[in-house]
Amino acid sequence: MSRVPTVDEVGVNERVARFQTRSIKSASKVEALKLILSMIDLTTLEGQDTPGKVRQLCQKALHLHDAMPGLPHVAAVCVYPTMVKVAKKALGNSGINIASVATAFPSGQAPLSVKLDDTRMAVAEGANEIDMVISRGEFLAGNYGMVFDEIVAIKDACGDAHLKVILETGELGTLDRVRQASELAMHAGADFIKTSTGKIQPAATMQVTLVMLQAIRDYYAATGRMVGMKPAGGIAHSKLAIHYLVMLRETLGKAWMTPQWFRFGASSLANDVLMQIRKQATGVYQSADYFSKD
Amino acid sequence: MATPENKLAFDGGWQYSPAPESTDHVSIRKKYELFIGGEFVAPVQGKYFDTINPATEERLSRVGLASAGDVDKAVKAARKAYAGWSRLKPAERGKYIFRIARMLQERSREFAAIESLDGGKPIRESRDVDVPLAAAHFFYYAGWADKLEYAFPGRKVKPLGVAGQIIPWNFPLLMAAWKIAPALACGNTVVLKPAETTPLTAMKLAELIADAGVPPGVVNIVTGAGETGAAIVNHPGVDKIAFTGSTDVGRIIQKALAGSNKKYTLELGGKAANIIFADAAIDQAVEGIVNGIFFNQGHVCCAGSRLLVQESVAGAVIQKLRERMETLIVGDPLDKNTDIGAINSKQQLETIRSYLAIGQEEGAEMFQSSCPIPKRGYWCRPTIFTGVSQSNRVVQEEIFGPVLAIQTFRTFDEAVTKANNTPYGLSGGVWTDKGSKIFKMTQSVRAGVVWANTFNKFDPTSPFGGYKESGVGREGGMHGLDAYLKLEA
Amino acid sequence: MATASGKTAKRLAVAKTYKIFIGGQFPRTESARYYTLKDRQGAVIANICRSSRKDFRNAMVAARGAQDGWAKASAYLRGQILYRVAEMLEGRREQFSAELKLQGAAMRAADKEVDATIDRLVYFAGWADKYQQVFSSVNPVASSHFNFSVLEPTGVVAILAPEASGLLGLISNIAPVIVGGNTCVALASESMPLCAVSFAEVLHAADVPPGVVNILTGYRSELSGQFASHMDVNAIIYCDGDQQTDKAVQVAAADNIKRVLRRTDVSWADESSQHPYLVRDTQEVKTTWHPIGK
Repeated sequence: MSRVPTVDEVGVNERVARFQTRSIKSASKVEALKLILSMIDLTTLEGQDTPGKVRQLCQKALHLHDAMPGLPHVAAVCVYPTMVKVAKKALGNSGINIASVATAFPSGQAPLSVKLDDTRMAVAEGANEIDMVISRGEFLAGNYGMVFDEIVAIKDACGDAHLKVILETGELGTLDRVRQASELAMHAGADFIKTSTGKIQPAATMQVTLVMLQAIRDYYAATGRMVGMKPAGGIAHSKLAIHYLVMLRETLGKAWMTPQWFRFGASSLANDVLMQIRKQATGVYQSADYFSKD
Repeated sequence: MATPENKLAFDGGWQYSPAPESTDHVSIRKKYELFIGGEFVAPVQGKYFDTINPATEERLSRVGLASAGDVDKAVKAARKAYAGWSRLKPAERGKYIFRIARMLQERSREFAAIESLDGGKPIRESRDVDVPLAAAHFFYYAGWADKLEYAFPGRKVKPLGVAGQIIPWNFPLLMAAWKIAPALACGNTVVLKPAETTPLTAMKLAELIADAGVPPGVVNIVTGAGETGAAIVNHPGVDKIAFTGSTDVGRIIQKALAGSNKKYTLELGGKAANIIFADAAIDQAVEGIVNGIFFNQGHVCCAGSRLLVQESVAGAVIQKLRERMETLIVGDPLDKNTDIGAINSKQQLETIRSYLAIGQEEGAEMFQSSCPIPKRGYWCRPTIFTGVSQSNRVVQEEIFGPVLAIQTFRTFDEAVTKANNTPYGLSGGVWTDKGSKIFKMTQSVRAGVVWANTFNKFDPTSPFGGYKESGVGREGGMHGLDAYLKLEA
Repeated sequence: MATASGKTAKRLAVAKTYKIFIGGQFPRTESARYYTLKDRQGAVIANICRSSRKDFRNAMVAARGAQDGWAKASAYLRGQILYRVAEMLEGRREQFSAELKLQGAAMRAADKEVDATIDRLVYFAGWADKYQQVFSSVNPVASSHFNFSVLEPTGVVAILAPEASGLLGLISNIAPVIVGGNTCVALASESMPLCAVSFAEVLHAADVPPGVVNILTGYRSELSGQFASHMDVNAIIYCDGDQQTDKAVQVAAADNIKRVLRRTDVSWADESSQHPYLVRDTQEVKTTWHPIGK
């Protein structure tokens, strides 16, 4: 007779505020910045994406900033299913994962058959990670079984690809619902739970991320299965990304502090991190002019 | 639901580098005299005592030791200043107090650093809690100075005269603000004695008060220990005594004041019950436990030092608490990442250690976090005792350190009974998602402050004070004005 | 000071343009109309904006837009901001004294009025975090319910400032309105408008959020009907009027049940004219019930 725990919003805000007062300096800052780079899913998800744009993104993924040796590569590139083939060709054997959104991203307003086709196509073209969206309308209407079954079906269609389940926390309304959706997704087989599509405001926040991390922790305690986490959208600056790392470290501990279990869904974050790494090395504040924009 | 195998690991991996607060803008004199009549004057007997940094055991400064003669001078100065101060237009009094508040905001960083150096609390707490709250207290009471009649319908108000105020070492600057601000706003003048281990921010406040142009003698600050305090309590020229400290000393003071016609307020010890129901927002409740007993090193009179957790969730709560304890950083108070600073004094550390021994002798199970601690200085890791009940000394007596005693309960009534079964009555906490239970609990718990789904929250507008042996009188809010006024028909 | 030709001459002052204050900015009246303010000797002091109904409409939009955020600011913050307004006014006291004198006040009377205005701002700043304590209640209902009544700001308040008191009267009506979380649109005295515009500059310097206070100048006869009839005004304060204008305002106000606050015959220079009931006048009372039980 266990219940999904409720969440006190004011308490969450206070805990988040504490994370934001951690002061990460010198060696620990450089280490954090490099870790963040290795956790980025470099993303382009625009209606106006073309093969040229995706090739450019992949080039950036492979060559973040050649002028600085010893940088890790990003964890993945994230594109629409129609761009997976282009990305696969461009990335070759680099070890960078190819994540594709699927299931009528971003709205999820389509029948299951369409979502399954979407997923299968992306996997067939070479994606080894699938970022799906849950049916928020169904969830808010209380059709939890339907939302659950959809995730199970998509997971099956993924084959060997790992599945990230996007909750679209900005549409869920309360932290209680975020907690509920997190548990539902994990029990349905999610390998990762992800905050947002990045297409609406608010996207990822530290508050919803904390609730999701706590859900992951309780799920792990109960089942022994680790689930990964990905905040996406709105994390453009290193300082904020470092706050997320602090939150991750103090909530889940050492085991989750790798790209295998944590990702940042971001595009412009990478350059800001590069600028901060350069600043730490030289002691001098940097200009965006010196870092390639893609 | 938590099983022992699926544990989290917080050791190793990415660690935080030292992040020291800079102190090059901080100035501490080698020696501080007594602040009497608007000036710094040497103590009559020429005696001084050291104040040390409990994190390094190094001396920070020397301060004057006020004898009965010095106290007499201070009381006379306060009495002399009272004539003018009490006759000032109330709005003008208010403006002086606004100035103190404003200047404290401007000098906040320096005050925060000195508070941490002198007392051992983490710079993050001094910076984010102690100093801003102190300034806010001055702001709040400044505004009351010319509005007192609205707080007491049907009564005319008059100040009492000279207030003797004795404050503790756990929130040195904040306690000074809690005492001075309302006293001044109500038209009184003050002789204040900071705790002997934490005099420095009081001396800096004295300098600030002089810089703000407050008339000489309105605030007098005399440093010293028990004898200085006794001299203030016993001085016939003092009209009112305000004391914050242990219940034992409070008892002594109340006895000493018997038959004297002096008004008094006492804010004493506590052994608050923090009650977690199964329907609480559990993760936030665990954070509430941590806020309740581990922050400020547990040196908090209203600390949630007893956890009462509903049996059906006890396992999960305790497991989460232990994991959270492993992420608490004990160390250099001036490091911005420190969560738990130094124990305030060698004496207090010995007291805490004796209770740790008592608890274990009584058969309790003790768990401490595994964080590293510095070699020099006074430190205590966050500690919990399980397997204890109402009759354990560690459950009954105030330890005043980062030590939590954990008991379980089955029903609402059982929780209330356990919570009230104590001579103390300062505060209490209740964690539940159910609104009606919150109000039932606040109705049933015999304590002056009840925190529902939160803990250790303070605000200048919110009255604070205890039932039973936790003291008499309230500080803060509209109710806090009572202590410093005579009400006449 | 030397002229271009090298001769020393009396320096020509740069005359101030008096605009209106809407949404934190200083536009001219959209009607481009003005009236000329002259001193006792008939010399021109300034051209004063003759605000139109459209200006009032724009001010109302700004006031409504700012009200929710202002009401949600903590009482402490509102008190701090009001205290800062006092600080800023103290720093510019000579300017205000000079304007009062230009408009006909004697030297000492002008200085006294500025003193009193500053002190009145401090007075009301001090009420920000106290009026709730004085005027709220916990009600001992007979059933097992926790029942409490608190004050909430009424919303947007229209103020027809006193004609005869160009500075103190204006502030005596604005301060209690905003300290309680309302926003306002105030019409300055027609014959003494200078300090109202300069006061807007003080508000701007004190970080009062845009839209919280909006100040118009112009003809009372043109604008009072607008102030009284606008359907989005929650309360109207007026300080002058014979029986006829009285009735006109009250009739117009009735269409949306505006709270009508008639403050005629008040001697704003007397200290007895400052009290917290001026705050309470623009507050609503909200009562909440909740069961007490296990």
